[in-house]
Amino acid sequence: MKTDKKQFMTGAEVVVRACVDAGAKMMFGYPITPGTEILSHWIREAQVNKDLKYLQTEDEIAAGFCVCGAVLAGEKTFTATAGPGTVLMQDALSMADGMRLPVVVIIVQRGGPSSGTVIYSQQEVNLAIHGGNGEGLRLVYSPSNLTELYEYTRLAFNNAWKYNFPAVVLSDGFLMKTRQLVDLGFKIKNFSAEPIISENTQKNIRNIYTFEEELGEKLARDKKDFEKMADEVVKVVSYKVVGCEILIVAHGIVAGAAKEAVDILQSQGKKVGLFRPITLSPFSAKELNDLARQVKKIWVVESSMGQLRDLVKQNLDVSVEIDGLYKPAEGIGSDEIVKLFESF
Amino acid sequence: MSKEAKFCPGCGYPVVLRFLHTILKDKKLDKKTALGLDIGCSLLAWDALPINTFQTHHGRVVPTMVGLNRAKPELLSIALVGDGGAYAIGLQSLLWAAMRNDPILVVVVNNTVYAMTGGQMAPTTMVGQKTDTSPAGSDQPAVLGPEMIRGLSPKAYLARAAVNDIKQLNEYLNKAIDTCQSSNFALVEVLSFCPTNWRTKGAETNERVEEMKRVFKVGEF
Repeated sequence: MKTDKKQFMTGAEVVVRACVDAGAKMMFGYPITPGTEILSHWIREAQVNKDLKYLQTEDEIAAGFCVCGAVLAGEKTFTATAGPGTVLMQDALSMADGMRLPVVVIIVQRGGPSSGTVIYSQQEVNLAIHGGNGEGLRLVYSPSNLTELYEYTRLAFNNAWKYNFPAVVLSDGFLMKTRQLVDLGFKIKNFSAEPIISENTQKNIRNIYTFEEELGEKLARDKKDFEKMADEVVKVVSYKVVGCEILIVAHGIVAGAAKEAVDILQSQGKKVGLFRPITLSPFSAKELNDLARQVKKIWVVESSMGQLRDLVKQNLDVSVEIDGLYKPAEGIGSDEIVKLFESF
Repeated sequence: MSKEAKFCPGCGYPVVLRFLHTILKDKKLDKKTALGLDIGCSLLAWDALPINTFQTHHGRVVPTMVGLNRAKPELLSIALVGDGGAYAIGLQSLLWAAMRNDPILVVVVNNTVYAMTGGQMAPTTMVGQKTDTSPAGSDQPAVLGPEMIRGLSPKAYLARAAVNDIKQLNEYLNKAIDTCQSSNFALVEVLSFCPTNWRTKGAETNERVEEMKRVFKVGEF
């Protein structure tokens, strides 16, 4: 790859570049549309860069657990998956939840349920955050464009290894296949990976507890750590919200369309702003509630039946009317969002 | 063993662990070993030995050790797993680790039942054997692990021992570790005691292992 700071790249190329720049040395993966190109680009890159290793595993379950094993040995490692693969990935992610393993998963959302479509959706929000058999203390980033995909993939590695929580970069088929001019100038010092198990350790690590209280205490510690991390990693964009009466809430590429819509609507004199969570977990509840107190109504716009809406409701402690545009597994353009407020 | 064993009285697991640990110490590999555990009775070994040990999920210890080994080949990666974890829920990953010749040692403890959950039918339950989930007796031939893998993994070391013949167990585990050290896959299945679920006492338990040997041939494959 070239070293120019701005390049035309596809989403899959951006992910590979970000992982390499983050210090990742291994990828374990299983082909699934629309995320396959991450695996094939990584392998292509590994033909040139001999520091990079890879394995195409027998399924997504194995890919996830291979990542867990490599991470235990102290190697920055990741996998990428989509749709039904994201379902299978929960087995390993749940172990990463329980053992606090800095596993990084790039999720490329496709239509669901079941095989759905191979194209696009925002239906894997719940799986990304809450897919395990627990509460899911995971870092989940939702980028809107390829420059952000680069930045948040870098941050996912850094914060996973810094705070010892699994991290998900939640993208989608549109983002992965698109080609854009990408700014790779994001500067961040890589957090170093320390082995959990090595010749110099003698650890006995469990993920099952005999007594209710033992697990309860462990989870309380994890929650405390997660909340402490939240103060440092939560990311949110509040766009043109000063004086707004309607607050659009959107994430990922839909937030990109919503931003355009807000520009158009404000040029028409309409008081519509945008709240865009970048970290879906931990969620920026404070900013949301501060804005919710000011507005008359929240409009959630998303390519799912309401997974983001539910997240918003979970985090609201202010009574406010919520309406929405829910188009599961379909793209949403700025014109559609503008149209919502024709009579406003 | 470093701590009081959590296994049932008469269980075969502590025998396997004790010999494994002794061999690792003799070979000066105890500091250079990562011991991964599956779920089931194997998980009780999480703090049994003063070597790096961690639990994984049911059927997932093999891919976890594959990942660990690929990241850190200098560590000897050992997967300790029951018959259900190895030959039922984790079979796909076991076969692929063997076919790829990943240099990990898989120790399969075969007691013919799902022991932790109370003695249900396992892939190794013998024809006619009654369990909670095969009340009329199993009518399905038991899975023969090493024999199944033999044709798939030409360089692998594959053997079956029993906890009531510790000389042989010792020999096979030694050879298996040497095989991993020379970068090849190894699997040792160990016919083991489960008096709790078999509802056997003393000599009956040993007798049951001898019965098992008629179905599961001990030896190298």
